[in-house]
Amino acid sequence: MENSKESKISPEINEIIEKEKRLTENLRHTYNIVLNQNADESLIITGLYDINDIGLFLSFRHDNQTLKLQTLDELLERDKQREKDGFPRRIRLGKFIKPVKGNKEKIVVVPTTTEPKFYHDDTITEDEETTGGSGEGEEGEVIGEQKAQPQQGEGEGQGAGQGDSSDHDLIEDAFDLGKIITQKFHLPNLQPKGKKLSSTKLTYDLTDINRGFGQYLDKKSTIKKVVETNILLGRIKPGEEFNPEELIVNPKDQIFRILSPEKDFEAQAVVFFLRDYSGSMMGEPTEVVVTQHLFIYSWLMFQYQNQVSTRFIVHDTAAKEVPDFYTYYKSNVAGGTNVYPAYELVAQIIEKEQLYRENNIYVFHGTDGDDWEENGQKSIAAVRKMLTYINRMGITVAKNSWGSDDRKTIVEKYFEESGLLKEKSNLIRLDAFKASGVSEERIIEGIKKLCSEK
Amino acid sequence: MELIDQKTKTIMEGCKNRALAAGLDLPLDTLEYIVTNRDLIKLSPKVMIPTLYDYWVNDVEILKESGRYKLYPSNPYETVINTRPPISFYNDNNPDWLNIMIFYHVLAHIDFFRTNTLFANTWNDDFVGKALADKRLIESFRSKYGRWVDYVIEFARSIDNICAYFKELPKINLFPEQEPGKKLEYLINIFLPEVKKLNNIEILKYIDKYNYYCELNKETAENLFFADIINIFPEFDSYFEKYETIPDKNSDLLEFLNEYSPFLNRKENQWMKSILTIIRDTALYFAPQMRTKIMNEGWASYWHNELFLTDDRISTHETQYAKINAGVTSISRIGLNPYAIGLRLFEYIKDKADRGAFSLEYDRISDIDNRLNYNKNTGQGLNFIFKIKSHFSDFNFINTFVDQEFVDRYNLFVVGKRLDEDRNVIQYYIKSRKAEDYKQMLIDSMYHPPLIRVNIEKTTEDNLYLEHEFEGKQLYKPYIGDTLMGIEFLWGSQVSLETTEIRVEKTKEEKVGEQKKFIYDRVLYVMKDKKLSKTKL
Repeated sequence: MENSKESKISPEINEIIEKEKRLTENLRHTYNIVLNQNADESLIITGLYDINDIGLFLSFRHDNQTLKLQTLDELLERDKQREKDGFPRRIRLGKFIKPVKGNKEKIVVVPTTTEPKFYHDDTITEDEETTGGSGEGEEGEVIGEQKAQPQQGEGEGQGAGQGDSSDHDLIEDAFDLGKIITQKFHLPNLQPKGKKLSSTKLTYDLTDINRGFGQYLDKKSTIKKVVETNILLGRIKPGEEFNPEELIVNPKDQIFRILSPEKDFEAQAVVFFLRDYSGSMMGEPTEVVVTQHLFIYSWLMFQYQNQVSTRFIVHDTAAKEVPDFYTYYKSNVAGGTNVYPAYELVAQIIEKEQLYRENNIYVFHGTDGDDWEENGQKSIAAVRKMLTYINRMGITVAKNSWGSDDRKTIVEKYFEESGLLKEKSNLIRLDAFKASGVSEERIIEGIKKLCSEK
Repeated sequence: MELIDQKTKTIMEGCKNRALAAGLDLPLDTLEYIVTNRDLIKLSPKVMIPTLYDYWVNDVEILKESGRYKLYPSNPYETVINTRPPISFYNDNNPDWLNIMIFYHVLAHIDFFRTNTLFANTWNDDFVGKALADKRLIESFRSKYGRWVDYVIEFARSIDNICAYFKELPKINLFPEQEPGKKLEYLINIFLPEVKKLNNIEILKYIDKYNYYCELNKETAENLFFADIINIFPEFDSYFEKYETIPDKNSDLLEFLNEYSPFLNRKENQWMKSILTIIRDTALYFAPQMRTKIMNEGWASYWHNELFLTDDRISTHETQYAKINAGVTSISRIGLNPYAIGLRLFEYIKDKADRGAFSLEYDRISDIDNRLNYNKNTGQGLNFIFKIKSHFSDFNFINTFVDQEFVDRYNLFVVGKRLDEDRNVIQYYIKSRKAEDYKQMLIDSMYHPPLIRVNIEKTTEDNLYLEHEFEGKQLYKPYIGDTLMGIEFLWGSQVSLETTEIRVEKTKEEKVGEQKKFIYDRVLYVMKDKKLSKTKL
């Protein structure tokens, strides 16, 4: 972000920015005053003629529901109390994920609950799910297909969402999720390892969008808008040539970037998420690993008050870094598996960017335990190297359903043989379980194992 | 939440007059409110009743829906609640022509609520007002008993779907003097058909006999009639005595607990009964809506279309209307849309009745052209669907009128879903175009809670014995334990549930491939001290 700012903004514009900054500060001030005035309104004492029938009798009009709504904290407190009263907890975590353009995603974390009742269950007796349909076609004809892996999030929804702000949304909500996890499951806190905490500060950046006026003309968006207007006006017709000089430009079509205050965080922790995305991971192992990683990510974000930066790496026989959680989440290939390239890539990134100087470093790796490199020499070597500067490495082995319960996977085997798990037990943890039918509790349990101090 | 403005109200009243002229039954007073989408998120967990009691599950729901709204903002068109006067909610940014369409839709719902027999128990209620009183009562309990109020609400709600809704229904249509005596009811409804296994024609003979005595002399009719019965069935009296000792509330668990639970009958727990009553009343209030979804939406869609197109105030907006209307009422290529199916079925029935095709004569015609051209011009179609609307539930509606002609006319079919393992995709394919399959698919997807009764003979103070009437579907297992735990709390000691579970045994036969064989196990769940155990019977 720093770089892009320097390259785009000339000194003149910078001056305007400074001016604008002062203006916004003032604006904020006046806004506060307005807010205070509003708050005073409740104190108005009613006179003889201020009360009337409608106001009194349609009482639910004034029933301010937000006031009675319990906050998440209160709800969680209630849930904790349930355990003390001897009833099972009821509040669970849910997430809505909506892919938006540009390979980004929006995730909103929400509490959910179910109300158990006696219901009919016809999953067993019915050969297959059926529904209604209409239109042309012969019996037996296939009329639609869907990817077999369950789609995350909901299919409804309209519009593409606001691409630019999606990162913020994820962080905000991951923060909420972290809060829930920390409170719900009493995860042990990770200690800041003696590195100094950085304070949060506000920076100003040209991130907000405004139509009509502003500091920095966004040419691409403006042209899009101008074309849109002219299509509506009938000046651009599909398939026909048009003369750009004849286009009508509405002043409102000009899209500007304007200044907005942004919270700036200096990363204090770097977390690497590694995931095996080879063919054997298809289905449940992937779901388990990705869910667990989302939880860890959220929790760290809570623990470090947003001061976490994240890196995502996927690997099959080769490893590559992907830009965001969405890509990390969605990527799938059908290939073989080699673990070491991922470890080597982490080591390489850490050294090249000298991350170990300023940061707590955490590495979380999710795999089904499959590795073509059976003795694991290269992997162990890379891990040994990493362990010299990372705070914790957590490996989750989500076993595939075809393996037997007690059979150790290749990854488990070579880690055990290396003795690393005992030797450096404060730095590296491994947790293996069967991926099929894993409950949320087991996933959280896994996080505890990977992250606990002892 | 605000009332709609005068201008919009004028539009609404205009719609009302036209709808009244078309024959819909509407009250003169209705309330319309403008709500924001945020309001709606808060209202929907309370089934749109703004005054419904507060409960934490609703709060969780609101937080969840607000989260969803962040990602998937959407505008619901309208909602209307069945209360006196009827209340409906709207978005504030609708153009006038759209409001006209929505108003007609709402008015038809109101007509439906007021005239469909399944709603008979709600016809005299101002439910919003009643809910407010209940909410205040619950609030006052909360200040006294704290979180235990919410536990009682939770456990009562866990069985509110198995209230005996249909048992309540016949009571209201009879004047007290019309109610048959208990003895007579037992004879006709239980003794003759169930104990003696007589068929309907044979039973009718007994009814005729009784009516004959009534005509002779009403006063002595019953005595004479039962003297005859004893002659034929000497054992009748002892059967009836035994029957009388069984409480008739055994098919409604909430009602049963309220009356007989040793725990709730303790002096310090009396307050919990009020909560059970509130939960039960609320559940019964919404029971008819769930059982008339297809009809209700079909009826409303039928009328918004009829009335909108003949409304002179909307000229020039026909195309915009057509687009929205198509969105609401088009039949999906894959999936079920109650609006679309209900509308098509009403239209189909009306057309058939207009042609006089509900007749033996028509049924006997086998020639397809003769069937298509059959038209007696009865002009009774509209009248016919008004009657259907008043007296049918979704089940009757579908079960009676979905036939091959209907399925063919609208090109309907059953969609099957299967996994193509090689390509890892789920395929949807046309499974059947047969009317009976289509009908069965619709019936299978209808709301139908399990029937769970108290077995009076096996129930003691220390053990409440429940029996699940097996209808070919097992209970959803993950919920059994938690639900029983709630009932154990309300009963005060051990609770047993007898139910049937299905196991699948896969047998591999040559050439036929895998075949599923179902094995039915009668099992007994016992919940004691919050611990669940299961034994095979």
